[in-house]
Amino acid sequence: MARTRPPLPAPAEASTPAKKPESSDDAALRLSLLREMLLMRRFEERTAEAYALGKIGGFCHLYIGQEAVGAGAISALRPDDYVITSYRDHGQALARGLSPRSIMAELFGRVDGVSKGKGGSMHLFDRNLNFLGGHGIVAGHIPLATGVAFAIKYRGGDQVCLCFFGEAAVNNGAFHEALNMAALWQLPVIYLVENNRYGMGTALERASSVNDIAERACSYDMPNEVVDGQDVIAVREATQRAIARARGENTPTLLEVRTYRFMGHSMSDAASGTYRSKEEVDEYMKRDPITLLRAQMEQRGEWSDEKMAAIDAEVRATVEDAWNFADESPEPSLDALTEDVYVDTTSDTGTSASTGER
Amino acid sequence: MAIVTYRDALNQALREEMQRDDRVFLMGEEVGIYQGAYKVSKGLLQEFGEMRVVDTPITELGFAGVGVGAAMVGLRPVIEFMTWNFALLALDQVVNSAAKMLSMSGGQFNIPIVFRGPNGAALQLSAQHSQAWESWLAHIPGLKVVAPGTPYDAKGLLKSAIRDDNPVMFLEGEMLYNVKGEVPESEYTIPLGKAQVKREGDHVTIVSYGKMINVAQQAADLLAKDGIRAEVIDLLTLRPLDSETVAESVRKTNRAVVVEEGWEVCGIGAQVVDYVQRDCFDDLDAPVLRVHQVDVPMPYAKNLERAAKPDAQKTVAAVRQVLYLE
Ligand SMILES: Cc1ncc(C[n+]2csc(CCOP(=O)(O)OP(=O)(O)O)c2C)c(N)n1
Ligand SMILES: [Mg+2]
Repeated sequence: MARTRPPLPAPAEASTPAKKPESSDDAALRLSLLREMLLMRRFEERTAEAYALGKIGGFCHLYIGQEAVGAGAISALRPDDYVITSYRDHGQALARGLSPRSIMAELFGRVDGVSKGKGGSMHLFDRNLNFLGGHGIVAGHIPLATGVAFAIKYRGGDQVCLCFFGEAAVNNGAFHEALNMAALWQLPVIYLVENNRYGMGTALERASSVNDIAERACSYDMPNEVVDGQDVIAVREATQRAIARARGENTPTLLEVRTYRFMGHSMSDAASGTYRSKEEVDEYMKRDPITLLRAQMEQRGEWSDEKMAAIDAEVRATVEDAWNFADESPEPSLDALTEDVYVDTTSDTGTSASTGER
Repeated sequence: MAIVTYRDALNQALREEMQRDDRVFLMGEEVGIYQGAYKVSKGLLQEFGEMRVVDTPITELGFAGVGVGAAMVGLRPVIEFMTWNFALLALDQVVNSAAKMLSMSGGQFNIPIVFRGPNGAALQLSAQHSQAWESWLAHIPGLKVVAPGTPYDAKGLLKSAIRDDNPVMFLEGEMLYNVKGEVPESEYTIPLGKAQVKREGDHVTIVSYGKMINVAQQAADLLAKDGIRAEVIDLLTLRPLDSETVAESVRKTNRAVVVEEGWEVCGIGAQVVDYVQRDCFDDLDAPVLRVHQVDVPMPYAKNLERAAKPDAQKTVAAVRQVLYLE
């Protein structure tokens, strides 16, 4: 019944290098983005190992292949801006500066985790870093982003809210309702679609009547842009343009960032098989975001093997430290089970505290 | 009899009913090409084609409504929710459209539809993915609610649910799909609205359903080692609920424990207790106790999750309490 599937569009072209004059800041930026993407990659490689060892359980969705999206977009934010995302949230959390230790401890279900071991992989939160969570219901957090932007405007602030979600979420009503309100009320929010071409095993073309997700914004008269998600600099610059609109003009933006996930949907399925071929995955893996940035740096002479080796060693050590920290962190105490269900209001109202006692 | 998994039993039921009645179709996320998120629909796309095994976008409210609309004009949809956690998005259509249509239209439009999928917790899926919704659904007049715990029951009840002319909520379990059991080769159905005595005993009645029927059975095994003979009743259908079968048992045992997967407040167990106190007031030798999830959103950490879930030990403890052994 679904339309026959058109051939896959070619991976988005690498954007031409920016024409503006280069400065040493640019070189430093590239280096820091490279380091960040490498941290995500190594962190998740170890995450997969920990999952196989049973140290991590439940649903666990890796970001491998998509690192440039989180790294590039979040690098454009100010510390007082807000980030909210779906369950595929390890990369964004690392980019936002949540510590690898506290993230790994959360994945291990330990008390030193960002969410005290109660949330797990899909629910990373950090109030201090304005990181408003990993959310598990597809599209459920998109209206929350609109609400955060509403609050920014309400308080007269100039922050923005950056909201990540997958391309499959745009078929859900919550997406449309949220975008309509943001455009109607002119709210400072950036909706960033990580178009990795699949929602679980369903290709974009089999789920969406419109194949260019960015066009969805037209229904709401919202600025939009298609971005090469394997090019971290392109992602950063597109996000900067969206931020400028949001901060300066209270105008929301829909960014369609084209990327690809190199692994299965979660730890429980294979990278290829029923819904996509190994050849296809191999083809997209040629545009690994880390390799692409490295190539750019090489061309510019900002690169040396020694430098790379040093960064890689440092990143590996950070990840090792995170693993050891998580492994040594205790399980939550059983008392924690009934904590944090309600805010304790005993002191001022005299009503019952943390759990639903009668 | 063949030994079949719960998953395959459901698959057989779907296949047989789709062969039997060409108005029956299956719609949901990943039911076709992917063969089902939990492989319940394996092979059905190949056998019945894309018009009858329909992959949807992630748009629960929308496709639940599509199902109801199709049912209004004569089709018999089976709508799969990848899990019931996501069905929350569709509850408006389930409650405001499917459940009320017959009444609102003065009997003109019935909705012969099945909404099905795994309900409740699996392992370490955390708060948003570990919820048992049966009490929400059973609250609604116009809906039937079914929760089988064995392959045999799953097949027989799904066939009846598909043939039923009302909206039927069919609650499976992710942790049940691999469970094996005997399933006859010849065709059979199990009537909705009828509970079953799964094990006879005269000391205490354990009432349960769905995934928890296995917990109730384990508890009964443990109790048997101490010479305690528990009668285990499987409700199978939660609405309409067969309170008579429960009452008959309690009149014999004079004590009861209800085991359910979800939260305590307004749970199915509360409804069972209400029937028991009305039907068996003079027969009771102890207050009826309930075993259920601790009253918190499901935590991720393994130890906390284990502590939050109902299990055989907690059931045994409750039984010992109603027997005044503690
Ligand atoms: C409302 C809802 N329906 C179904 C699911 C199950 N599910 C989890 S992720 C997913 C695919 C989402 O794909 P996409 O939005 O493209 O994000 P990606 O996983 O590719 O990052 C599905 C169907 C869910 N979590 N929430
Ligand atoms: Mg996707």
